[in-house]
Amino acid sequence: MLRDLLKELVEAHGLTGFEHEAAKVVEKYFKPYSDEIKIDKMGSLSAIKKGKAENPKRIMLAAHMDEIGLMVKKIDDKGFIQFTNVGGVDQRTLLTQEVIIHGKKDLFGVIGSKPPHILETSERNKSVKMEDMLIDVGLPKEEVEKYISLGDPITIRRKMLNLKNDMVAGKALDDRAGVAVMYECLKELKNMNHDCDVYAVATVQEEVGYRGAIPATFEISPDIGIAIDVGFGSTPELPKDETSDLGKGPCIGFGANIHPKVYERLVKVAKEYNIPYQQDIYPGATGTDAWGMQVTRGGISTGLISIPLRYMHTSVETVDLNDIKNAGKLLAYFIVSLNGEDLEGMLCY
Amino acid sequence: MLLKRLTDACGMPGGEGEVREIILEEIKPYVDDIKVDRLGNIIATKNGKPGYPKVMIAAHMDEVGLMVKSIDDGGFIRFAQAGGLDERILVSKPVLVGKNKIQGVIGAKAIHLQEKDERETPLKTKQLYIDIGAKSKEDTEKLVKPGDYIAFDSEYVEFGNNLVKAKALDDRAGCAALIETLKHDYNVTIVAAFTVQEEIGLRGATVAAYNINPDIALVLEGTLCSDVSNVPEQSYITKMGDGPAISLMDSRTIFPKDLAKRIFDIAVKNGVGIQYRLPSAGGNDAGAIHITREGIPCAAISVPCRYIHSPSCVMSKDDFEGLKKIIKLFLEDIKEGEYIRD
Amino acid sequence: MINNDLLKRLLETFGPSGNEEAIREVIREEIKDYADEIKVDALGNLIAVKKGNGKKIMVASHMDEIGIMVTNIDENGFLRFTNIGGVSPFTALYQRVMFADGTMGVVGMEKLDEMKDLALNKMFIDIGANSREEAMKKVNVGDVACFYAPFIQDGDYIMSKALDDRIGCYVAIEALKALKNCPNEVYFVFTVQEEVGLRGAKTAAYGIDPDMGIALDVTSTGDTPKARPMEVKMGKGTAIKIKDLSILAHPTVKNLMIETAKENNIPYQLEILEFGGTDSGAIHLTKSGVPSGVISVPCRYVHSPSEMVSVKDVESSIELLVKVLEK
Repeated sequence: MLRDLLKELVEAHGLTGFEHEAAKVVEKYFKPYSDEIKIDKMGSLSAIKKGKAENPKRIMLAAHMDEIGLMVKKIDDKGFIQFTNVGGVDQRTLLTQEVIIHGKKDLFGVIGSKPPHILETSERNKSVKMEDMLIDVGLPKEEVEKYISLGDPITIRRKMLNLKNDMVAGKALDDRAGVAVMYECLKELKNMNHDCDVYAVATVQEEVGYRGAIPATFEISPDIGIAIDVGFGSTPELPKDETSDLGKGPCIGFGANIHPKVYERLVKVAKEYNIPYQQDIYPGATGTDAWGMQVTRGGISTGLISIPLRYMHTSVETVDLNDIKNAGKLLAYFIVSLNGEDLEGMLCY
Repeated sequence: MLLKRLTDACGMPGGEGEVREIILEEIKPYVDDIKVDRLGNIIATKNGKPGYPKVMIAAHMDEVGLMVKSIDDGGFIRFAQAGGLDERILVSKPVLVGKNKIQGVIGAKAIHLQEKDERETPLKTKQLYIDIGAKSKEDTEKLVKPGDYIAFDSEYVEFGNNLVKAKALDDRAGCAALIETLKHDYNVTIVAAFTVQEEIGLRGATVAAYNINPDIALVLEGTLCSDVSNVPEQSYITKMGDGPAISLMDSRTIFPKDLAKRIFDIAVKNGVGIQYRLPSAGGNDAGAIHITREGIPCAAISVPCRYIHSPSCVMSKDDFEGLKKIIKLFLEDIKEGEYIRD
Repeated sequence: MINNDLLKRLLETFGPSGNEEAIREVIREEIKDYADEIKVDALGNLIAVKKGNGKKIMVASHMDEIGIMVTNIDENGFLRFTNIGGVSPFTALYQRVMFADGTMGVVGMEKLDEMKDLALNKMFIDIGANSREEAMKKVNVGDVACFYAPFIQDGDYIMSKALDDRIGCYVAIEALKALKNCPNEVYFVFTVQEEVGLRGAKTAAYGIDPDMGIALDVTSTGDTPKARPMEVKMGKGTAIKIKDLSILAHPTVKNLMIETAKENNIPYQLEILEFGGTDSGAIHLTKSGVPSGVISVPCRYVHSPSEMVSVKDVESSIELLVKVLEK
């Protein structure tokens, strides 16, 4: 069940650089639908499903399993914890959030700071800076130091929230929603014949510069690489031409980072099978694994599928489950559409 | 568990119903008379012995939250604050809307789309909105209407060194302590007032005190505790773990010193941890009670709460136990004929 | 025991990014009797191999320092310049600079209404020439200068320009000399162009394709008055990096360093740097990925002409590196 998978994925803790807990969840769900699971030197997990052809081409799907979060910087004399960010954390979302510090033991904490009444007026109108915030675990310094050290990862404690109309909200939907798409794709492929070998890779460290995708792509050396990430979902204050709508289907990316033939094929498949889709344009960088994948080795033909997501990089990111299902279908049919295809011919400029 | 049930319940100023129901159930077996007045205050009387004073003990049922203002064309909910809170904590929080507690989130623009100065400027309440996952205005209007109350979605968690995180510890902690107090018998007559609308101006307490017209009053609260590391010690107000805090002065009341000292000394004599709440901004029901009619001697005893008026309010269970103990000790210490006014 | 003679030569030799020839020769001279093989690659990286059968480990320290490049010579003999690497106008102002041939100059500034408007394009270098012709006898557009500050060592501290990262080179050289029973094949790479984007390390790592990468560099400290909060302190031991903006140190490498330090009673600290990067940032993303970490020497006033480190920390760093390599 997609909702259950997503809940487990989103509630797992996998800070950029510390993705093992998330990797375990991915392995659990991907194993029944793949022939082999491999974990590379950086920690990226590949689920490999072999194709039927003699000399199969390789398709690599990449969705990142890391999430942004915080890291222990210092434990002060009163047992409060100063922290730094890992990845693009919006400091305005942090006040009074509940967190888990993953040390020798998991500790529950609250992010607090000076209450408003003792601030100067000028301070009151500004966002509280991260360096002025503290995590309160309710223990004295000696106790804290038994379990926590400098560099321990900290993630937000947030259960997945079920909203109306098949929408869910939670932390880390960027990009566990993408990971869920790969799962849906593998599920579809189980009952389909495909020529290509499919590598569904849950990458690490995307949030700090696609650091997992680059070595993973080098290792796999695919013919086509498709990144599945999240895109900006529409909300009242954002311009319509910079966002996509939740529930209207996954976004197929178009632009320099995307091979035009890959784009065309994805659109063709969507139309043919009546899968709802939207278009996302990127004149330059897409800010996803695709950017790193495209320039690996001698160059990879890349594509990008984005799931519309509201409130990106907050702990209440919101997506529509139907977009995830449709994206999984789209990728499965895309892969099958390559059966018997001369990829060299298709991908040459 | 009583404190958990009370903090899980939702009760904004003017909409305290759910909390009121729980409290009425709880206190019924222990009091002689229960009334709910015109504003919704619960007034419960426990008769003591003749010759002993009438003591009003107040704890407020309402919590700080939000209210639905309007529903926009996309089905997003615009809201206003119900009670005062720091706007900067609203972003990226889950909420529960209306009586049916519909799940929603207060989202914000992705960081990637923000300009640098946006990142440093907090979002104002009127720029924010709640997303319940609706497809359209009509979709939302089936479930939510302007005027519905919105509470933070924050569950009761015990952690650290005997600490509790929950929403609304201000003042469900006071309510829980008052309920406990009513389970014992005393010489004094106790009139327990579970008040409404404290957070928007001590409204319930004003009328309750007028009606009860007690000899002396005690106010039980959750109060500021800013003993976090980057605050200078003189600004702590109270310290977590040092016991309940007795008020000396706040922005609404200057408390009679002898009464405050008496309670403090009783605690010390009985080995109960106690501290003074340092003077600061902020007020509580005592602000209304002590100037009712001809004036009423008032004391305020509070549990220190970090991150008060937020979804993640934190209190020490030790301090909470201390509060319950000190109330009992004080009430038992009152002698015949004391405080009685004609 | 600190080798002041070697340190002086390393620190005072000219070598801004892209112009590392002089410093490369100094280092090559120093290590030639200790390495099994020495080569220089296409970018100018100096690679010294100590052969072995175990893992292939790349140890990188960068030879280049920050500097300036002349962009224009005006008719009165004043030089306009741009930065090579991270040069702050506030640290450059009124400093002495030295060109490859030893020509000296001083950095001056135009009159400003507000000091906060100070920027490199409002500054110039004065080499005491009276005219463009006179200046051009010594300096040309495109010439490069480094900052000039003599090396000082007193008690436990060393003060000099270019401790970033000549002190890393020093650690590498001393470790290379001290390595006895090393089962692994170690590539000591003295990289180029780290300050402008970890460029030497990228290509060197691609060529070597190591099993593990260790960079040796400097890191900031948080122990000066009203400093940016940071746990690392000068004198409290070698710093094992957890993260900076270029890398999240690989847990196996990081833990190996911590265990080795503990086993050998080497004073160490854990380091989180909220800005900046090192050669390991490039090494770890090479090919299929290389588990990498960093051993840092705590350093105050980084990227100024008066950087400062503790001798004890330098010695701890050497010891830690040797013990890790011998494992």
